Amino acid sequence: MQFMLLFSRQGKLRLQKWYVPLSDKEKKKITRELVQTVLARKPKMCSFLEWRDLKIVYKRYASLYFCCAIEDQDNELITLEIIHRYVELLDKYFGSVCELDIIFNFEKAYFILDEFLLGGEAQETSKKNVLKAIEQADLLQEVSHHEACIAPSGNAFLTQHSSFLIHEPTLNSHILITRNMCS
Amino acid sequence: MPAVSKGDGMRGLAVFISDIRNCKSKEAEIKRINKELANIRSKFKGDKALDGYSKKKYVCKLLFIFLLGHDIDFGHMEAVNLLSSNKYTEKQIGYLFISVLVNSNSELIRLINNAIKNDLSSRNPTFMCLALHCIANVGSREMAEAFAGEIPRILVAGDTMDSVKQSAALCLLRLYKTSPDLVLMGEWTSRVVHLLNDQHMGVVTAAISLITCLSQKNPDEFKTCVSLAVSRLSRIVSSASTDLQDYTYYFVPAPWLSCKLLRLLQCYPPPEDGAVKGRLVECLETILNKAQEPPKSKKVQHSNAKNAILFEAIALIIHYDSEPNLLVRACNQLGQFLQHRETNLRYLALESMCTLASSEFSHEAVKTHIETVINALKTERDVSVRQRAADLLYAMCDRSNAKQIVAEMLSYLETADYSIREEMVLKVAILAEKYAVDYSWYVDTILNLIRIAGDYVSEEVWYRVIQIVINRDDVQGYAAKTVFEALQAPACHENMVKVGGYILGEFGNLIAGDPRSSPLVQFNLLHSKFHLCSVPTRALLLSAYIKFINLFPETKSTIQEVLRCDSQIRNSDVELQQRAVEYLKLSSIASTDVLATVLEEMPPFPERESSILAKLKKKKGPGAVSAGELEEGKREGGEVNGWEVNQQKSEPSQENASSLTTSPSPTPTAMHLSLTSFFFPSSLSQSTPSPSADLLGLRSAAPVSAAPVSAGSLLVDVFSEAGPAASTAGVNDDGFLRFVCKNNGVLFENQLLQIGIKSEYRQNLGRMYLFYGNKTSVQFVSFSTTLKPVDPLVEGGAQVQQVINIECLSDFSDAPLLNIKFRYGGALQNLSLKLPVTINKFFQPTEMSSHDFFQRWKQLSQPQQEAQKIFKANHPMDTEVLKAKLLGLGTALLDNVDPNPENFVCAGVIQTKAQQIGCLLRLEPNAQAQMYRLTLRSSKDTVAKRLCELLSEQF
Repeated sequence: MQFMLLFSRQGKLRLQKWYVPLSDKEKKKITRELVQTVLARKPKMCSFLEWRDLKIVYKRYASLYFCCAIEDQDNELITLEIIHRYVELLDKYFGSVCELDIIFNFEKAYFILDEFLLGGEAQETSKKNVLKAIEQADLLQEVSHHEACIAPSGNAFLTQHSSFLIHEPTLNSHILITRNMCS
Repeated sequence: MPAVSKGDGMRGLAVFISDIRNCKSKEAEIKRINKELANIRSKFKGDKALDGYSKKKYVCKLLFIFLLGHDIDFGHMEAVNLLSSNKYTEKQIGYLFISVLVNSNSELIRLINNAIKNDLSSRNPTFMCLALHCIANVGSREMAEAFAGEIPRILVAGDTMDSVKQSAALCLLRLYKTSPDLVLMGEWTSRVVHLLNDQHMGVVTAAISLITCLSQKNPDEFKTCVSLAVSRLSRIVSSASTDLQDYTYYFVPAPWLSCKLLRLLQCYPPPEDGAVKGRLVECLETILNKAQEPPKSKKVQHSNAKNAILFEAIALIIHYDSEPNLLVRACNQLGQFLQHRETNLRYLALESMCTLASSEFSHEAVKTHIETVINALKTERDVSVRQRAADLLYAMCDRSNAKQIVAEMLSYLETADYSIREEMVLKVAILAEKYAVDYSWYVDTILNLIRIAGDYVSEEVWYRVIQIVINRDDVQGYAAKTVFEALQAPACHENMVKVGGYILGEFGNLIAGDPRSSPLVQFNLLHSKFHLCSVPTRALLLSAYIKFINLFPETKSTIQEVLRCDSQIRNSDVELQQRAVEYLKLSSIASTDVLATVLEEMPPFPERESSILAKLKKKKGPGAVSAGELEEGKREGGEVNGWEVNQQKSEPSQENASSLTTSPSPTPTAMHLSLTSFFFPSSLSQSTPSPSADLLGLRSAAPVSAAPVSAGSLLVDVFSEAGPAASTAGVNDDGFLRFVCKNNGVLFENQLLQIGIKSEYRQNLGRMYLFYGNKTSVQFVSFSTTLKPVDPLVEGGAQVQQVINIECLSDFSDAPLLNIKFRYGGALQNLSLKLPVTINKFFQPTEMSSHDFFQRWKQLSQPQQEAQKIFKANHPMDTEVLKAKLLGLGTALLDNVDPNPENFVCAGVIQTKAQQIGCLLRLEPNAQAQMYRLTLRSSKDTVAKRLCELLSEQF
């Protein structure tokens, strides 16, 4: 895999991971071009497209598009499931993940991705093992004395506009505060 | 449960992020960011030492700002400091910052590498993984230099934790991809292969990516992985869906690992060991069988994972291309997918079937799905799927179904998406030509093509139809009749007018017997389109008119009338005006004999690969002609004068026109001197702004054998001659380099002189014929060359020949120099050229098997035996052209040697009197980057180096 991009329906980039060396300028150009191309596609269309010399595999989860660029000999379907497994990992870790979790805890999204994919290849495909690694890391972190007790969770900023990537929001979901989003 | 409740929340960061999100405008956002940046800067610069937490928080904020798309130019030092924190989260954020904002600041790299080194040797697996992730994410050369030796050791050490092994494997893969020269094979290699046997599925999953990449580059060294991979695959495929616990994904056992195993096997030919092969075939059959079983889950993840394995298995079956039974089963399976309700599956099935169509075993099976594919072309709602259907139709086309497929493609064209029309047109044109049994069908098809999608019919397509009609006299009458009928349509495409003008100009006489298409009717029909056409087309029509005067003397007065009218003879376009004036004059002054000779029918074009095919291969690439022709075209006319060179550079498609028409040479040995350049010094050859100028063959039809002197002098009298340019001097390197991969052609040309070369080589001997053509009408005196004595007088328009014998004594780098001196009109001309004799001319091709090749390749592993160059493509990257060039080099082009089919490998032995020098070559095109990597290995270092230099200019 050459890179992975997460972007919103409005075209805002939420996460970018590059597995090939490119300049910032090229990255921005590629991102702009791809976001445009993918957003222009209709829902029922096929999840794969040829783009330059690469194959693009993308899937939409709620408000977020997950988009991977793979090389010619790579397998499209298994890449689609890489995306899904990553979403599952995020979902399990954050508990019904939504776009805002990824915005407010972008560093966590990166850490989880690094445990799952490294150098563009699947490193560990077992959900249990990936989460175990992340949890172990979490255990290592000390409670900060400064503001731990009042630290808001990412979910604290949930709004009614934001939807879960996998599940529909349920009644007992932990939406605490709503705030206007400006995306 | 949300992880964030675990207590590492950075409130300041969260507040900052929500502030940004609450900004109502871009300006507000930038203002908020600048405020934050100022704040962070002052904190970093402040006297008070920051504690780890604050540092982490600010670094994280900087990262967030960077990810929003803003530039960050500070904070790197603070991030590096975090790396050596003993608090995990601080270290983690530090690494994340470094991974995302790589900075090649050498001072920092040293510090970063130090921190990484500490973590790698900490024996704390979590820290080690962090460090490895960082290396894998950055993957810079500096890091490869520092750690490429260390990581293999970590990877194969007995006491390394599984999770660290996984990271180490992929980290090494990344380093190998960026700096293959720094990752040295060694004792660890064999142990890496055995990771395929590892208990831990995660370790296997990670290691196999590394092994696959390494095997592609060093197949022999990793050969043992085949049997290990087969047994691993076999265990997975035969396991029950719950055996693999967490590695089972929606009831599919280890889909990622299975795909990677199947992918690894595609780096190798079918296993030679019968037992291994049997086991593998069994696996493939099981995978195909499972596709027929009812799904264990309705979830799309289940079917995707299952089918991912299936498609990878089919790819392997196609790669082997040796098991007819499996190929046909694969084809049937894909056939089912063609009608699947999932668009993704239909897309992939069409794509995969394309490759199946090219296998002799499954071609027929693919053909049975023709109706479904045609239906897909008509009904699919996603253009990318339709594109695949069109590709497949093209791939499955053969003589038996060509008419049906071409008809379907033509009818699809009427409504096809604009984005794929041009490609469709090319495909139709190629299929029509390739499978034409009767050429009237071919002519009909192309004319239909122009009618339906005229705008998308590129010049290659209509040039080609003309080439074919000219070369086949059985279709000329039909072509004339059909094109005449097509022109009757009130609105016909300009390309139709071009084809019509050309064909009627050449073969209008074949239908002139019918009063409905009498000469005058033909002329009036053509002329009725004249005013609606662009300048190039009008120019072509004018040439058709002069041809008419020759074909039908009865039209002479009418046509002269047309030429004489102000809109022609005083046309504001200089090209049209010139043609009108010259043709009018020619038709009134020249005798019928001269007219008949000058305007005689075009000689047949030399058979060559269709330029359309070359174009299709590049699809939408720039430059519409193949590299070879491009080069030809540039040289042929290029040196007549500078103006024309510019012309051709700015409009690449024109080059095709000139190369198309100037190629036929009157006799095999004679050089095709471009006689036009002194017949029409001031007009056609020099000021031709349009490709069509030459299409009517005024250049090449000029009769070399038929009394050139008298015709020449007559015309020179009619048209005043342009003054010759000053002498040319200097060594012509360009011409020289063009001969590396070919033996015959024009070495040099200016306004006075043309030097052609024909050469042949056998073993270490060669013979070269040099032809010096005087392009002027004045004799050259004191003509001499440094090679051997030659007649000092070269008459105007004449040609002298020199033969030299060449013997290669030992390997060499510098080409012999050729000096030419002569006097033209009193001025001394001095010319210095490199003779195109290069070391590769003495190649004897060597065929060898993949095994032999790699064995020899390895034998030549000393650094000085290898020369490598990475360079940008100078010409469009067309496989056929590349092949032709490599063959022209003199080596054998070896198929099925390189595991990557895009790459080329060649082998040959250079014969010198002193010794024989074996050479191996590998050329790796990277179409995406438009770059090549060329590697040469030779038993003699100077040879590898020289060949590398020569060849890197060729592609």
